[in-house]
Order: sequence, then structure tokens, then C-alpha cells
Amino acid sequence: MAANETYETHEYDVIVIGAGGAGLRAAIEASAAGVKTALICKSLLGKAHTVMAEGGIAAAMGNVWKEDNWKVHFRDTMRGGKMLNNWRMAQLHAMEAPDRVLELEEWGALFDRTKDGLISQRDFGGHRYARLAHVGDRTGLELIRTLQQHAVHKGLDVHMECNVQRLLKDGDRVCGAVGYWRPSGKLVVFKAKAVILATGSIGKAWKFTSNSWESTGDGITLGLDAGAELIDMECVQFHPTGMVWPTSVRGILVTEGVRGDGGTLKNSEGVRFMFNYIPEYFKSETADSEKEADAWYEDKKNRRTPDLLPRDEVARAINAEVKAGRGSPHGGVFLDICTRRSADYIRKRLPSMYHQFKELADVDITKEPMEVGPTCHYMNGGIRVNADTTATCVPGLFAAGEVAGGLHGANRLGGNSLSDLIVFGRRAGLYAAEYVKGLKGAAGVDAGQAQASIRELLSPFERTGGENPYAIHSDLQECMQSLVGIIRTEGELRKALAEIAVFKQRLARVKVAGGRDFNPAWHLALDLYSMLSVSEAVTLGAIARKESRGGHTRDDYPMADDRLGKVNMVIRKRSGEFSVTEEPIPEMPPELKALLQEKK
Amino acid sequence: MAAATVTMRVWRGDAKGGAFSEHRVEAQEGMVVLDVVHTLQATQAGDLAVRWNCKAGKCGSCSAEINGKPRLMCMTRMNTFEPGETITVAPIKTFPLIRDLATDVSLNYEKAKQIPAFKPGPKEPDGTRRMQQEDVERSQEFRKCIECFLCQNVCHVIRDHPENKPAFAGPRFLMRIAELEMHPLDTNDRLDLAQAKAGLGYCNITKCCTEVCPEHIHITDNAIIPLKERVVTEKYDPVAWLVRKIAGKS
Repeated sequence: MAANETYETHEYDVIVIGAGGAGLRAAIEASAAGVKTALICKSLLGKAHTVMAEGGIAAAMGNVWKEDNWKVHFRDTMRGGKMLNNWRMAQLHAMEAPDRVLELEEWGALFDRTKDGLISQRDFGGHRYARLAHVGDRTGLELIRTLQQHAVHKGLDVHMECNVQRLLKDGDRVCGAVGYWRPSGKLVVFKAKAVILATGSIGKAWKFTSNSWESTGDGITLGLDAGAELIDMECVQFHPTGMVWPTSVRGILVTEGVRGDGGTLKNSEGVRFMFNYIPEYFKSETADSEKEADAWYEDKKNRRTPDLLPRDEVARAINAEVKAGRGSPHGGVFLDICTRRSADYIRKRLPSMYHQFKELADVDITKEPMEVGPTCHYMNGGIRVNADTTATCVPGLFAAGEVAGGLHGANRLGGNSLSDLIVFGRRAGLYAAEYVKGLKGAAGVDAGQAQASIRELLSPFERTGGENPYAIHSDLQECMQSLVGIIRTEGELRKALAEIAVFKQRLARVKVAGGRDFNPAWHLALDLYSMLSVSEAVTLGAIARKESRGGHTRDDYPMADDRLGKVNMVIRKRSGEFSVTEEPIPEMPPELKALLQEKK
Repeated sequence: MAAATVTMRVWRGDAKGGAFSEHRVEAQEGMVVLDVVHTLQATQAGDLAVRWNCKAGKCGSCSAEINGKPRLMCMTRMNTFEPGETITVAPIKTFPLIRDLATDVSLNYEKAKQIPAFKPGPKEPDGTRRMQQEDVERSQEFRKCIECFLCQNVCHVIRDHPENKPAFAGPRFLMRIAELEMHPLDTNDRLDLAQAKAGLGYCNITKCCTEVCPEHIHITDNAIIPLKERVVTEKYDPVAWLVRKIAGKS
């Protein structure tokens, strides 16, 4: 390799990394604020993981139940997150989500309608009222396509198949990023006054996941390396219903909308077992008989079916049923909608579920039950941000969407993700633009810093070692699946840490064959750096939180601990070393506390 | 089918040239073609270029020509082939090859930009937008599109005649125009565009696009033919023609 690699340079006020819902919404807002904006994504535009979201966007619009309002949504979100949430984010989210949904409609989205012609809303886990704006079971596609079609007319630049790997800093400030074009393998430096991270999830570190190729924790790692803090990384969400068979599709999401539309979970004895897993915390609001549960769909004066308890509760229940020997033939449980709703209704409400099971598993869900089990789905935690502005502690660095932590606390409610993307995506764009406008003096990109990053990026071609990146990835997935899964113990977590340390050594010996143009082995070798980094953060957080709360369940500490319920596990990286510290979560003002105390 | 060894012929090469490369690969029960391609990548051909994202038929990234048929690799199950059958995977033909199974589909993003944005009319007096379900369903069908570009790939207007690419938007984007035309709130008129710049007239409704659509959208019957009818009504109606003539619009 030559001493100095050539690279192309682009200069912007704001660059947005990631083009799912949050990134697109942020770029639209920043561009509208009059700053020069680029949207950078590692896939083609419109392919981001948002496209896989199914059930809907949670927003208390009150179109179906006029009793619904932001206060109820706020309460549901906080309780679902086991009170670990950042209250201010939860408040802003609940207050602003309806406007963001209506804005999508102004930009051309076509949601399913009520009889009065308004946006229809469906039932989902943990939500008191039918609250999810939706389009059948392909709401994420509608969201991403609407934003994409709106964005391309807004004068912002879109750089597709460009993978950002390092952030550049000028003193404390972020001043740009280094990446490569996937098709050509050529290198690129972006000079930028502000960087918005909107890179989504981390699920690809687990074996069974609903996440797409892109979910490798890039943004969390970029932020961490640049000096940002992480919170609640231990709170990984395992969605209760992923496909379990055939093995090759294990983990693919089965929307909660199946249960929202009347589906119910059953074990091998045909028992609706969720009635046996209603925790004390949700007892007063959950139906305790099948009759009441079924009546709830039509009349909200009844209590909610336990099939729609928050995801952490349902995932643990399924896990326990399988362990007790009451699972389905392929190690899941049954999800039955065929005996409860007509075939026409199922095909109309859940078209892609129908299609997915028919094509991938030869199962007709209008005639047979589905087999489902937990799948790694969502990072509840992430980069710590200012609730109002999405700013991280690093000047010029912002984060929105799944990459950011705080809104969801220990467990996210279904439907709160898509609303998160558009509420905080918009705020990120707005405040990044405001930050840029207030900057004095130009930031300079240090060529030496850029060259050092580039050398790291190209190192997998230079080595003589013989490690195969695909093999390391597969081993990491086995490790995280078996040792840092739904139910955790100190011993297994420590074993995972030790294995991660070995994977890091192996990664340093990866030798990539072939050239730089569209070489997936090279891409994976680079993404593995991020996956190992987030795996370590999750494991460290999980060791530190010696209690069970939301998405984090410790077999050796099965109860919630009131003291730990008042702190975040904050992870930092300094000089290559991770640290974990307990820091108090922000204190909620009395008027919001009062909302949580109201009985109904 | 339990685990079995299958024979895969996969295109390797770039714009300068290439050839099919034959491999024996272990396939597990229930696998789809994309799984086998991944296995090949992980064990024998680390730098095999292939696009994919969701592996669930929702993102439209892994389009390829499998035994000559344009399909999504993630939705093509291995048990749909005869035991022992050699499976040939080639890149989609209509777009320039980058490398192996990855092609340059940027033309589609250019075409998308040329379609004027959605422009809604005024709100209802009460500040809401009201649309009936049956009125949104026509456009909703087209919004199921996952942009796999298989319809663009099979359309003979550009597949066999690359010189038509500048003048023809292709089925995906004619459908997008139809979607906006049928949107209950939209006020933009794109019929001129459809006929003059998007090349609606090139389509002679052979329905190749409809046949390959993994979302089973009736592209020809529900989007393109109604769009052609609207253009005829608007542009070739003698009364409308006379009105335009008098008003001085062409």
C-alpha cells in the first residue's frame, strides 16, 4: 500500500448516516432548514431495515378511541419500559407522534382508513387503545417510501452504498467521516459541521434475529469511538414471535399485529398459556379469563388480553413454555388466528404474513397455526442524547432512531419504533441545522487522521493471517445467542466476554482475498469491528445490571431491584477500554408522575 | 429434504467479462437460493458480490435470474427444483453489471426523480383529510411495490433495446405515475409526462412485468392500461382537443 491513499472529498453542513425512517426524516428537516445536507446509506435507498416494520406507527390520534391522548400514550410507554425511560423523550414522543403521522399523509402516504375516512388505528401490545396507524402489515414500507419519495425532491444529496466507518474530530468537535463506496471500494472523506447518526440496530450479532443485513451496530460504535456515551445496552428486545421453521428463516418477524387482530398463543396442549404469565405489575389492566380477553377487542371497557402484554413478558412466557416441554414441533409455540378470524379477514389485514408463511414454510395461516418463538429484534438502549435536541455529549454529533437510547427504557412497545423515527428524526435534523448555523469558525479535517483511518480500513487486505470473517461472524452469533440471550447469568455473561476478546484477536488476523470492488468479505471484516464492539457493550451492561427488568432478564437476579430501577448503566470507551458506571435517570416532574399514578 | 449437496452455477465477473463458475454446496432443509449463495460465499467464494438486506421478501434487494427466471433469491425455495438439478444464478440482465450478481440499478433512481411529487389539494373544512378505504385501495396495491426492479428487468422495451432507456420509464415508474393519478388527494397532472417523457406508448401490454412481480401486483391491468385509457381520454378526446386548441395549449 502506498503511504498515502487517494480519496475523494465532499463537503457538507450536515451529513446524516443511515437512510431508514430516522435518517430520511432528519435529512428532510435539515435540508428544509437551509443547510447543505447529505444522506449517506450503506444499501440502496429504500432498502433500510425500516422497510421490514410491519404493524404500525403508534400515535394517540384518537381516531378509533376518542378517549386516547398523549398522556395515555406517555403512561403506556413508561410502564412498558419499566420506568427506565427518559421521561422527557417519552413525553415529546407521545405529544408529537400524531403530527408526524399526519405529515406523512401530507406527503402522500396512504394509510388504511376508518369508516369516517380518517386514518385507522389497530391494537398492539401494551397500548391501552387501538393506536397504531397502519397499512395492512407493511407499514414500514409505506413510511420509508413516503419519506424517500418526498426527500428526492428536496435538494439534498443522497450517497448510496457508501459505508461510513470512522468519524473525524477537530479537538472535541466532530468534523467529518471516512468511508468507502461498496461498488468500487474507493475511499471517501466527508467534511461536515454536524453528523447525525441514524444507523439503526445491532441484531446481526445474534444468530436468530429479525434484523436485516445492515443491523451491525455501526452508529453505536462510531459514536462510542468518538466519545459518546451509551445507556441501557443490556436491554435487548427479543420479539416474542419470530418464525422458527424452516431453520434458514428462523428469526424472521411475525408481526404483533397477528395478536392485535385477534390471534392467540397456544402451547402443544392447546392451552392459551399467557393467562398463566400475567405479572403483578400488569394484573389490574389485564384480562384473567378468555371471555374477557376476547371481548376486549370490541369493547375497551374490558381488560386487555394477556396475549398483548409487553414484548418482554410474552417472550419470557414462550421461552418458559418451550423449556417446560409444551412447545411446538420445531421448538416454538403456536400462534393461532385461523380458528379465530375468517380467511378473508386474515388475508386483508395480514397480507405479507400470509405470503411469508405460504412461500417460506408451506403454511397457510388461514388454515393452520403458525409456529413462533423469540427473535432478537431491537436495541432498546443506545447512544445517550439530549431529549429535546438529540445531541450527544460530543459537539456536532447527534443521534436519532434505534441508535439512540432513552425513549423506550428497558422495553419498547410495538409501534413506538416507527413513531420514534419520525419524531426524533425531525428533531435531529432541526437541531443539527441550528447547531451548524450557530457555529463560529470552520472545522478542519486533519489529513493525518483521515489517512490513519484509511489504513485501518484497508488492513484486511494487507495481512498474512488466515482468518475467515464469515467464520468469526458465525461464531459470534452462536456466542451471543447462547450466552447473551433472553435469560442471562453472570457465569455465561463472563464467558461471553472472554469469547468476544478472542474474536477481537481473530479479527486482527483476517485476510481478505480478492479486490476492493464490491467485496462482501471485506465489508464483513469491517462490520465485525462494530458487531464486536456492541456485543461487548451489551454484555458489560448485562453484567452490571444485577436485576431483571424489561428486556434484560437475569436468572441469578430474577426480581426487579428498586434502586437499579433509578439508574442507567452508562458505557464509555476511553483509550480503547470500556467502562460501566451507574448514573441516575432524570427525575420526572410531579405533573407527569401524577399521570402514572392514575388507575386507568 | 434433509441436508443435500447441490450444484450451483453462479456468474462471476464484471463489466469487462466473466463466466459461470460451478460449485458443489451443502444445502439444509428449508433453504432458499439466497441461503445457498451465502453458504457458498462463507465457505468457497468470500468475495462473491451479491446484494441482499432483509431475506424476507420485503426489501427487493436480491433480484437475480435463477435458471433463466427473474426472481428474488430470498423467496425461491430450494425444494422447488428437481433433486440433482443444477441451479444457475445470473445477475439481472437489463442493468449494467458491477460485479458477479450485483448490477448498477441507478437508472431507476433517476427515473424516480423525474416524476413530480405528490401535491395534495386543500384540507376538509374541519382540518382533516378524509378518504374512503375503497378509494385508497387502488393506489395501495401499487404501493406494495418493493422496488426489486424485476419488472424493469423483464420489460422487453429496455431489456432488448437499451437505446430506449432515456425515453421509457419502465413498468415500475409508469405504475408510480398511475398510483399518483389515482391518489384521492393528489392534484398534479402527470399525463403529459406519462405519454411524452415516460414513454407510456412504448408499452404494448405483453404483461411480462406482471408475471414476475413478487408482490403479485397487477401492473399491466390495474396501472398501465388505466393510465393509457386516461391519456386517450384526455389527449385524444376530440372535444378536449378543440378546447386545448382554442385555449392555445398544445
